[in-house]
Amino acid sequence: MVPTSYYLILGAVLFCIGIASFLIRRNIITIFMSIELMLNAVNLTFVAFAHMWGQVAGQIFVFFVMVVAAAEAAVGLAIIIALFRVRQTLNVDQVNLLKN
Amino acid sequence: MQIALFTIFGLLAVIAALNMLLQRHPINSALSLVVVMMSLAVLYWSLGAEFLAAAQIIVYAGAVMVLFVFVVMLLNAGEEQRTKGSKIASIAGFPGAAAIFCLLTFIFLKNRAALGNTQLSGLYNGAESNLTRIAHALFTNLLLPFEVTSVLVLVAILGAVVLARKEL
Repeated sequence: MVPTSYYLILGAVLFCIGIASFLIRRNIITIFMSIELMLNAVNLTFVAFAHMWGQVAGQIFVFFVMVVAAAEAAVGLAIIIALFRVRQTLNVDQVNLLKN
Repeated sequence: MQIALFTIFGLLAVIAALNMLLQRHPINSALSLVVVMMSLAVLYWSLGAEFLAAAQIIVYAGAVMVLFVFVVMLLNAGEEQRTKGSKIASIAGFPGAAAIFCLLTFIFLKNRAALGNTQLSGLYNGAESNLTRIAHALFTNLLLPFEVTSVLVLVAILGAVVLARKEL
């Protein structure tokens, strides 16, 4: 017997680590990975609530989130490859064309 | 039994996530993220979502992370240089993240009794499996969103092929 709130707190911890990683890291691939971590944390919350209510709607939502995340990863990594061809760098500090 | 499962895999997920945050090489971060996803799959299973546990391992740990590792190797990404980072991140970002964490934890702990307890159960009520209920909902009421998702995946495949071409 584990309180549902523990699962929700674990989701919050993972989400905040994802936010911190998104802000600290300078490598664009790692930033993309922290987005995946945040999506996973939210998925855990969805599954915990689905268990709490005894319904599968939350699990179906997680299924759709997974599909969209997979599509997003494919397109995002293709954009990263295209960016690397143009700029020859993965550091987000050096991708500042719009700033100047 | 369930508290042991939750403690072991919850701690493993948090430690691996912190490792992902602190490692400097992208490949180490990617492998740490695989550990997080595997631990989350076990936690999904403990919450009675067997289908999602399998899908998590196949889709996330199997497909998405392999894609990430491929891109890291293809672009020959080395250790990242430490830079100052943006000012707005340190001023607004970290206090904001800490505030979100404190607020969520406070609310969850305050409503702990109302949120109830979880049972280690593969089956709901033992009557029909989780997979049967998901499939029933997905192929009757949610058939249109399901088909739209397939179109989305097709568009994503075409977009990835077009974007990753040699001449853009």
